Amino acid sequence: MTSELDIFVGNTTLIDEDVYRLWLDGYSVSDAVALRVRSGILEQTGATAAVLQSDTMDHYRTFHMLERLLHAPPKLLHQLIFQIPPSRQALLIERYYAFDEAFVREVLGKKLSKGTKKDLDDISTKTGITLKSCRRQFDNFKRVFKVVEEMRGSLVDNIQQHFLLSDRLARDYAAIVFFANNRFETGKKKLQYLSFGDFAFCAELMIQNWTLGAVGEAPTDPDSQVDDMDMDLDKEFLQDLKELKVLVADKDLLDLHKSLVCTALRGKLGVFSEMEANFKNLSRGLVNVAAKLTHNKDVRDLFVDLVEKFVEPCRSDHWPLSDVRLFLNQYSASVHSLDGFRHQALWDRYMGTLHGCLLRLYHD
Amino acid sequence: MPGKLKVKIVAGRHLPVMDRASDLTDAFVEVKFGNTTFKTDVYLKSLNPQWNSEWFKFEVDDEDLQDEPLQITVLDHDTYSANDAIGKVYIDIDPLLYSEAATVISGWFPIYDTIHGIRGEINVVVKVDLFNDLNRFRQSSCGVKFFCTTSIPKCYRAVIIHGFVEELVVNEDPEYQWIDRIRTPRASNEARQRLISLMSGELQRKIGLKVLEMRGNAVVGYLQCFDLEGESGLVVRAIGTACTLDKLSSPAAFLPACNSPSKEMKEIPFNEDPNPNTHSSGPSTPLKNQTYSFSPSKSYSRQSSSSDTDLSLTPKTGMGSGSAGKEGGPFKALLRQQTQSALEQRGGSPHRFCRRREFPFFTLTAFPPGFLVHVGGVVSARSVKLLDRIHNPDEPETRDAWWAEIRQEIKSHAKALGCHAVVGYSESTSICEEVCILSASGTAAVLNPRFLQDGTVEGCLEQRLEENLPAGCGFCHIPYDELNMPFPAHLTYCYNCRKQKVPDVLFTTIDLPTDATVIGKGCLIQARLCRLKKKAQAEANATAISNLLPFMEYEVHTQLMNKLKLKGMNALFGLRIQITVGENMLMGLASATGVYLAALPTPGGIQIAGKTPNDGSYEQHISHMQKKINDTIAKNKELYEITPPEISEEIIGSPIPEPRQRSRLLRSQSESSDEVTELDLSHGKKDAFVLEIDDTDAMEDVHSLLTDVPPPSGFYSCNTEIMPGINNWTSEIQMFTSVRVIRLSSLNLTNQALNKNFNDLCENLLKSLYFKLRSMIPCCLCHVNFTVSLPEDELIQVTVTAVAITFDKNQALQTTKIHVEKSLQRASTDNEELLQFPLELCSDSLPSHPFPPAKEHLESASSNSGIPAAQRAVTVEKASPMGEGNFRNRSAPPCANSTVGVVKMTPLSFIPGAKITKYLGIINMFFIRETTSLREEGGVSGFLHAFIAEVFAMVRAHVAALGGNAVVSYIMKQCVFMENPNKNQAQCLINVSGDAVVFVRESELEVVSTQQPTANCQPSCTGGEVTT
Repeated sequence: MTSELDIFVGNTTLIDEDVYRLWLDGYSVSDAVALRVRSGILEQTGATAAVLQSDTMDHYRTFHMLERLLHAPPKLLHQLIFQIPPSRQALLIERYYAFDEAFVREVLGKKLSKGTKKDLDDISTKTGITLKSCRRQFDNFKRVFKVVEEMRGSLVDNIQQHFLLSDRLARDYAAIVFFANNRFETGKKKLQYLSFGDFAFCAELMIQNWTLGAVGEAPTDPDSQVDDMDMDLDKEFLQDLKELKVLVADKDLLDLHKSLVCTALRGKLGVFSEMEANFKNLSRGLVNVAAKLTHNKDVRDLFVDLVEKFVEPCRSDHWPLSDVRLFLNQYSASVHSLDGFRHQALWDRYMGTLHGCLLRLYHD
Repeated sequence: MPGKLKVKIVAGRHLPVMDRASDLTDAFVEVKFGNTTFKTDVYLKSLNPQWNSEWFKFEVDDEDLQDEPLQITVLDHDTYSANDAIGKVYIDIDPLLYSEAATVISGWFPIYDTIHGIRGEINVVVKVDLFNDLNRFRQSSCGVKFFCTTSIPKCYRAVIIHGFVEELVVNEDPEYQWIDRIRTPRASNEARQRLISLMSGELQRKIGLKVLEMRGNAVVGYLQCFDLEGESGLVVRAIGTACTLDKLSSPAAFLPACNSPSKEMKEIPFNEDPNPNTHSSGPSTPLKNQTYSFSPSKSYSRQSSSSDTDLSLTPKTGMGSGSAGKEGGPFKALLRQQTQSALEQRGGSPHRFCRRREFPFFTLTAFPPGFLVHVGGVVSARSVKLLDRIHNPDEPETRDAWWAEIRQEIKSHAKALGCHAVVGYSESTSICEEVCILSASGTAAVLNPRFLQDGTVEGCLEQRLEENLPAGCGFCHIPYDELNMPFPAHLTYCYNCRKQKVPDVLFTTIDLPTDATVIGKGCLIQARLCRLKKKAQAEANATAISNLLPFMEYEVHTQLMNKLKLKGMNALFGLRIQITVGENMLMGLASATGVYLAALPTPGGIQIAGKTPNDGSYEQHISHMQKKINDTIAKNKELYEITPPEISEEIIGSPIPEPRQRSRLLRSQSESSDEVTELDLSHGKKDAFVLEIDDTDAMEDVHSLLTDVPPPSGFYSCNTEIMPGINNWTSEIQMFTSVRVIRLSSLNLTNQALNKNFNDLCENLLKSLYFKLRSMIPCCLCHVNFTVSLPEDELIQVTVTAVAITFDKNQALQTTKIHVEKSLQRASTDNEELLQFPLELCSDSLPSHPFPPAKEHLESASSNSGIPAAQRAVTVEKASPMGEGNFRNRSAPPCANSTVGVVKMTPLSFIPGAKITKYLGIINMFFIRETTSLREEGGVSGFLHAFIAEVFAMVRAHVAALGGNAVVSYIMKQCVFMENPNKNQAQCLINVSGDAVVFVRESELEVVSTQQPTANCQPSCTGGEVTT
């Protein structure tokens, strides 16, 4: 006796969250059954392995049919074939677009191209995430990227509107899209200590402050506005950043800046002497990063530079985070007292974001 | 010019890409009705075209309106080659033809293609302007309402129940026409779909005409089936119960008192208010209305098998189960006597009743309390026929005659049981090649034509006591005369009223009467059986089948009886025995819901006896088995909370020495043959409940008895509308269809192996269902409907449709107590005489009945029969948790951002926690799906899974377009699946039906009542419907 055909169709589509997770994780039916058996479900329910097999197959079939719709979540809401309560629809979408930290760290900032897709094998081996799951996650990134690439307006809003993701997940995707678009290098060894959350935090700050959308320059002439509002950095701004060079190039200005900071922080900083000794190096590092951002190559290396030029020197001197914060506050604020410096607004736009990023990046 | 049909094509969405080059589609739409076709403009390069067409107007006869479906075809325009069809939508416009139903059909319909499935959706608006036509000889029957529901629909009142209507139409099956060899599978499928749609329309119209002739205005319990007879044609047949229904539109009907049961109680007199006397003009109509298309019973004897067209190689076995027997002997003589004496003694009303209608059959399974006076037992008849080509489709006499013959038999069986009517009546067929088994079954019953509805409770109380109306046990009392029993039965005095005689077991095909007193809970009981049969041709085959049938019937019956005893129960409701014929085997599957009726005696145990008493180890084995059986019975009694009061036997004075039962099959007598033969197939003279283990077969039987595993804790199952003993349903429901096909390895084809395979198949299927629905615990699978088919030599297909309903566990315990209390109550009873009123009654299911009808009925029943106030108080309490359930439901996230409205589907006639405010019309849909890329679509499972999901989607879309939010009495009547994996092909035909309704949640009803309803109600339920 062999089962030729075995199906269950509910008027309301049954979704088993556990099986969905197994499916998303890319397990085959037999692996999923084995995992479910191990979870002790047979003992809890008194079911047999055959029942579990049939149930798993059924769910997998349903998910397979739903996958097409999940590629365009609004379709899932409007389709008539599967009657799914809204809360369940949201769960299906949210889980489908969720990604693994380990995976996203591997592809963050990489071009979402066929070339990268070919590397998924290696990523799968490296992270222990099934190839199937890697593919799904990669395809999700790519799909979201493709859809919002050409769109105007807020990146997060666009993602939310077209993929119906939660606010949190939409923000994460915005970061992924932003990183992929600007190709920030995140894979270098010295960046390995950073989590996706760290990068996403920085991405959000950068989107908020360094892109065209950030300035709130509503395009008066839509045709002239070729750049994407949220995805591309404000070229003009990057160009202007060269002006900051004066802060380190002008020796007087640099000395004045240093003395202002040192005066203010004397006695407040545990690592005052180290700071005093390193001030010029640190300041040069931060200002030079700004000045270099006109080149795409250097934009990509932004995080490498920040870590090399700022995080690592501080860390090697064992600055506590509170001291870093005090220093950065003072470092940014003191510039306002430099009479010879005319680019206060530019400085604030640059340093305001960098300040937040650096604090986030400064950890072990 | 009686009607104008207006159609507007608004838009499409999610269309498939038809032009690979541009990844877009140039879509346009053809709208066809009858022979007229309109076209929209081509909407270039879009997958979401906005046609926004003008109104296409069709001026048509109402006859065509009833027969023809509206056919909408979406095509892709192609400048250089033929336009490609994307898919079609068939819309049955029947619901627009009666005034109270839908006024407009408007919504998104899935565009369906028989090869590709659903391909996008189209937004359509359909309206009908009907002109009054006074032509008396008209052929249409517009305005007659159809309901699949097998009880009086919830917002109607039955003024008169006229009785049985039937009709069948035949045609050639397009699949077997010569043209099919040259046309594409798509064209062939579409021809079939269209033809069946047309035939259904015609059938409905013809039935409607009969109803009009009877002066009725509705058909309740409408069941339409089609028989694919292959080469010999296509038969679409339908049966139903003609009624005159009154829409309940009184303000009381809409007082949403549901949340406070006390108010509800006050309403009861109100409900009874509509005085039937005002409708007294109705009943005088009938007699002349005998418009059956066949000529009744001329000569249907078995001997007529010589004739070609009427090859009835019976024995058509009739089963008078229900009642029990002791001795099989002198039945022959008694039967005829009884038939006469019953008629003589019953006096006027049944007589008149019988004469009025040729077949006093009712397809209803639930009745207003008091309508059903006595139940005799199950009557069934089967007949094996050889199919031949239907030569003249306009005169389908052969098929008509076949059915007339079977019905005649059913009627005489009922008479033999002293009953003048058959309720819960249904008909079915099983076809394999050129052999066809026709089956009919029902429950013989005595009906009360005078159902009191006048006056208030107080006013009636005295009168009722005098009249000894039975409370909760009357229907169990034997309808036949004790001295002239139709067959030997073991009778005792009713355990409830102690006045009348009752049998020791009762089998019926109906739902449990709402006023019946049940102890504990019920459970699903199935008997499963396979019998091998030699492959044979034509008459030899038919003979072989005929010879096997009685044995199958007998064994199925024995199995049912044993399993019932094993559960410690004494009655079966909703019994449905399906015999399926295949190339090399016969399958029997009986499903029913077992209960313990307080009125019937406690069932005895099961005794096992061995054949070889000298063998010590054998003895030991036997006693071991016996112990196991006894343990199982004890366990089941505990599980189903069967704790009958212990007082009974001493008081009654005539204890049952040893409950016995004899299964008996009576070979049906025909009108023309003088002899009445009895076919006693039970084990000689031995008691049927002494199971004799004399060979491996019997051993197998005992084993199979014990292998049925009870559902896991928190689960109950039944095949009736609701579970006896559970009254506090919450509003979460899940309807589902599950299909399994197994392939038998041809090596082990013995009867035993076959039985085991089949048994395992059903048991595993049930286990899977319990597992899948575990998140709904505590819940009950209601209306579990199994169908078996044998699509090929070694394939067995089982299809199950049911609904899982959650209930509130804590309250369940309380209600059981009430039941026990109630059973202790000695209600005054019996209804000796039937007054000679015409059959005139009122639906009990008056509106404001909140959700569980069971509870509702119980309440009204208890107040009617004058149960003391204290008792009522308990019932009131019992009702209160419902509010909580609803509240919980309400707090669930609202479907705010979803644009697709939820449409519930259920095989039941009601929606838990809600009130049906409007019936929008019948849904009767037929779909064919075929594939030539089976592997690519996920194999047979992927293919069928997708198809069933699509069928559900199309049903929901049609209901939503009618303005409804649920389908009740939903049934999948056919699911014919054929595969050819070698060719990578498969085909499936599905036929579903149900009633589209608008329901309002009880929690929302409150809002409706306080504000004039706009938001809550569907746009269509305006006017007189919603008054407060």
